[in-house]
Amino acid sequence: MITKRIIPCLDVRDGRVVKGVNFEKLGDVASPVELAKYYSDHGADELVFYDITASAEGRALFTDILTETARTVFIPLTVGGGINTTADFDRVLKCGADKVSVNSGAIRNPKLVGEAARLYGDQCVVLSVDVKRVDGVFRVFAKGGRENTGKEAIEWIRRCVGDGAGEVVVNSIDTDGVKQGFDLEMLEKVCEAVKVPVIASGGAGGIDDFITLFETLPGVDAGLAASIFHFGEVRITDLKQAMAARGIPARL
Amino acid sequence: MVAIVDYGVGNLFSLRSSFGAIGEEAVVTADPETIRGADRIILPGVGAFADAAAKLRDSGLDRVVTEEARNGKPLLGICLGMQMLFEKSFEYGVHQGLGLLKGEIRPIGEVIPEDLKIPQMGWNALIVKRPSKLLESVREGDCVYFVHSYSARNCEDSLLAVTEYGAELTACVGKGNVMGCQFHPEKSGKVGLGILKSFCACPGGV
Repeated sequence: MITKRIIPCLDVRDGRVVKGVNFEKLGDVASPVELAKYYSDHGADELVFYDITASAEGRALFTDILTETARTVFIPLTVGGGINTTADFDRVLKCGADKVSVNSGAIRNPKLVGEAARLYGDQCVVLSVDVKRVDGVFRVFAKGGRENTGKEAIEWIRRCVGDGAGEVVVNSIDTDGVKQGFDLEMLEKVCEAVKVPVIASGGAGGIDDFITLFETLPGVDAGLAASIFHFGEVRITDLKQAMAARGIPARL
Repeated sequence: MVAIVDYGVGNLFSLRSSFGAIGEEAVVTADPETIRGADRIILPGVGAFADAAAKLRDSGLDRVVTEEARNGKPLLGICLGMQMLFEKSFEYGVHQGLGLLKGEIRPIGEVIPEDLKIPQMGWNALIVKRPSKLLESVREGDCVYFVHSYSARNCEDSLLAVTEYGAELTACVGKGNVMGCQFHPEKSGKVGLGILKSFCACPGGV
């Protein structure tokens, strides 16, 4: 059976890994290349590098780091952040990314997902969505969760998958950084809407949250988290053992 | 030296790096003489079969790869590159492959249950069907990374390993000096690097 993937996410700014709590407070943690290698050696199934750099210098630093990581780490690498054009896809793919995640870029340019899927294949295009409940409706937020686009999230996800997004990362702003578990209600709706792999993000506080996620929603393919891995609260090898003990397929 | 055939399809950075990691010299090349001069050949590939097959043909490298393989040089196809080793593919129409291995490429949707996602994307275990030098480092339960919507069928005479995804899907093939992995060894951690190492170590074939 195909295994459920565990994916650490590394937010990178000016060449360093940071993690936002509810996207606001940021704290420097470690070197991206070192951390990537560590995770790869300790059971991570995939890595996400998220570039939150604003400047051109920071961006060049990011591609250097990506290149260095891809040279030493041999598991799938997904890159996101600042992806607005197919030229941006090209830039990170050439540095060794396997998949490219689009978020605000897809909102600004509704043709981006389709164009990228035609050029690089569906499997390469990951739709990342920041979702928050507003008056009981799931809304898509842009700009790192600061701006309500007014778009209804499930419809938006369905549309992007129709255009060629091969995978969806659902990040619940409501549960992100709170460490009380993944947003099962939101994820269930997404799983019902699309047939491509769904990656849960936002809210993992411990091993039990991943167990609950995979046992409650068999349609979820992967769990993504950052700080609990970076700060050593959860070791991926322990998490995998716990999953396997519960009969959840895991790569040990 | 390993020649990674560059015919304008996909990202070859990781593949080249993975040979560096196991201490093997590898070049990404579209030059027929470099390919002829290499000890081994990697045929990579991602995307659609028809498009990739056309690019390989237009580059003229299909003839070079076929000739070298027929002369006994070890050849490893990866993902779509593996699929192209077969006779034909039924991905959006019928398309001719290189015909180095017997069998055909068909949608996995024909054999797996409807509730499973397509493509199969992620890590799945290799189930070895026939002992081979190529997979000698693989242990029971070892997982490798797959991304595919099509798989090789009717290829019993070259089948080395399958993976279980609602049905048994062809994961690895090899007959003589012609070998192929449906998964990405360059993205499959230590298990994948072990397979590439075995490919580089096998003198003439599987």
